[in-house]
Amino acid sequence: MANTLVIAELSEGKVRKCTHSAINFARQVGGTFSILVIGSNARAAAVEVTGFGAAAVLTAEDAALENPIAERYAPTVAAVAAGFDVVVVTASSFGKDLAPRVAAKLGAGYASDIAAVKVDGDKLSYKRPMFAGNAYGWCEITTSKQVVSVRQSEFAAAEPSGGASAIGSVEVSAADPAASRVAFVSLEAGKSERPDLGEARVIVSGGRALKERFAEVLDPLANLLSAAVGASRAACDAGYAPAELQVGQTGRVVAPQLYVAIGISGAIQHLAGMKGSKAIVAINKDGDAPIFQVADYGLVADLFNAVPELVTELKKG
Amino acid sequence: MKILVSLKRVADPDNANKIKVTPQKIETTGLEFKPNPFDEYAVETALRLTENAANTKQRLGEVTVVTFGPKEAESTLRAALATGADKAIRVDATDDALDGDLVARALAKLIETEKPDLVLLGKQEVEGDANQVAQLLAEYLGWPQATFAGSIKSEGDTALLVGREIDGGTMNLRVTLPAVVSVDLRIVAPRSVQSVHTKADHAYPEGVRFAALMAIMAAKKKSLTEVKLTDLTGDVGLKIKYTGFEPPPARKAGVKVKSVSELVEKLKTEAKVL
Ligand SMILES: Cc1cc2nc3c(=O)[nH]c(=O)nc-3n(C[C@H](O)[C@H](O)[C@H](O)COP(=O)(O)OP(=O)(O)OC[C@H]3O[C@@H](n4cnc5c(N)ncnc54)[C@H](O)[C@@H]3O)c2cc1C
Ligand SMILES: Nc1ncnc2c1ncn2[C@@H]1O[C@H](COP(=O)(O)O)[C@@H](O)[C@H]1O
Repeated sequence: MANTLVIAELSEGKVRKCTHSAINFARQVGGTFSILVIGSNARAAAVEVTGFGAAAVLTAEDAALENPIAERYAPTVAAVAAGFDVVVVTASSFGKDLAPRVAAKLGAGYASDIAAVKVDGDKLSYKRPMFAGNAYGWCEITTSKQVVSVRQSEFAAAEPSGGASAIGSVEVSAADPAASRVAFVSLEAGKSERPDLGEARVIVSGGRALKERFAEVLDPLANLLSAAVGASRAACDAGYAPAELQVGQTGRVVAPQLYVAIGISGAIQHLAGMKGSKAIVAINKDGDAPIFQVADYGLVADLFNAVPELVTELKKG
Repeated sequence: MKILVSLKRVADPDNANKIKVTPQKIETTGLEFKPNPFDEYAVETALRLTENAANTKQRLGEVTVVTFGPKEAESTLRAALATGADKAIRVDATDDALDGDLVARALAKLIETEKPDLVLLGKQEVEGDANQVAQLLAEYLGWPQATFAGSIKSEGDTALLVGREIDGGTMNLRVTLPAVVSVDLRIVAPRSVQSVHTKADHAYPEGVRFAALMAIMAAKKKSLTEVKLTDLTGDVGLKIKYTGFEPPPARKAGVKVKSVSELVEKLKTEAKVL
């Protein structure tokens, strides 16, 4: 039976909700699992994850861990991981930056972005999207220790199971020598009152067609639906929307209940990031746009008329 | 600055919907090969970082491109040489005999002899979408890493200010060379790469540069060497083994609605998402 270590991700002193996807993975693997909370305020944050049935919640706290720098985090994660069979982190930018570095330290194989796990006795197989989601591969890690990152869009957030895991602290290992050659300068975070793309029930997403009127057209609809706002690469590249809103193969991968694609053509790289959504609506003036091939409901219309009309219609209740 | 860039050829990503997925294999036969787009961006980044504003025909430093792959992959290297890279190395291997960890370990060995100041990689290779070689390599070398770079400003060729594209925005890091950097899409925007050798307001054309015909001819004379994988590492075992493949679940065909009111009606009563 595998013993799994979940690496929690912190943001502004709180455990990010995406961590719950990694906990879900650990439960699916079976056996026992513990959660490592690492950061400059790990102890305060640890109480947020004591209700998920972990054998232990381990904290690694140090002022030098204020920012998630892989060269500072990986030594401690690898040292703690020595006592586990599987290490899991959610495939966020944090997880993808850190996990391979940990795997290399452990001499372990690393399967990234996994969409499912199959447990067959002691053997674990992982399903991974490849070719921008146009194929899935099943793979095994040939080393006894295994490191994986899981897709938030495929592993639903674990619900608390009650009980209270004991919190214990672990020693913070010395940073890699390379840490002296990397310095945190600043974080330019997009401030938004809206839900995170990974957690939103509804996403209103805009493409290049919106031009400079991106926010003006989409905000009323997003407000009404309490939605997160997403964007295509073309919209981000053109500066109509900030880069962190990009949905797709190289942006965020999302799976909300409802995804509304507005003025988005539906290139495979965009589809790779939203094809798993429960219901997809597309509004596009080109009836042949590829987005209609994945849309449950397609409306061929000029978005500059259709979106305001949609807002009016929804307000009617 | 001496820069080493890794470069892999991939089946044309714009045709990824034409791949054939069988339980044993993902068949790409018949699809055209292209450089992995992120690697093309990495090459462009290297060319910008070594741009000599005073004499655009010369580079300030050296750009070496490396691929792991079969003989046919050499055309991808030649194409990079034609856009301005100085020399190329092909590590002979078939794609099936490689995984990210083996590429990283072999690259680390190659870097011991090549001694670049900077290694630039694409953040992911768009067939496997694994996103791990840069990070593994940095660990094996004991070098700092800056992943998912959307901007790079070189500071006197000894340090880089890197804007990393992360989930919530941009994280700016300063790395002292030598270092490993993986690049994201926006690195090829006109002002994403800046160096002390070009004016502060220097802007490049959007995207990657194309090779002139003369340069394509000249590239045939540039150095392209072949190295055996086993000369770089005795351990060619794989840490990831694929056991099967499957196509993504098909979405059932949707419907076109005639009006906004019909759309709202369907979302409420049929999809029940409002
Ligand atoms: C390596 C790589 C990675 C990539 N990663 C991503 C990614 O992660 N995410 C991503 O989105 N893209 C990604 N792309 C880019 C992708 O290939 C497309 O270029 C991009 O998604 C196009 O964005 P778009 O649909 O907004 O723009 P366009 O393709 O220009 O489409 C605009 C659409 O708007 C419609 N339209 C125009 N005017 C109106 C109007 N008034 N009313 C209604 N409809 C209108 C048009 O019919 C058209 O369908 C990537 C590309 C590469 C090479
Ligand atoms: N066979 C290969 N040859 C050259 N470079 C490679 C190869 N495989 C991976 N890389 C490099 O590693 C980067 C990340 O790949 P990956 O981690 O596999 O997604 C790619 O963008 C390439 O720069």
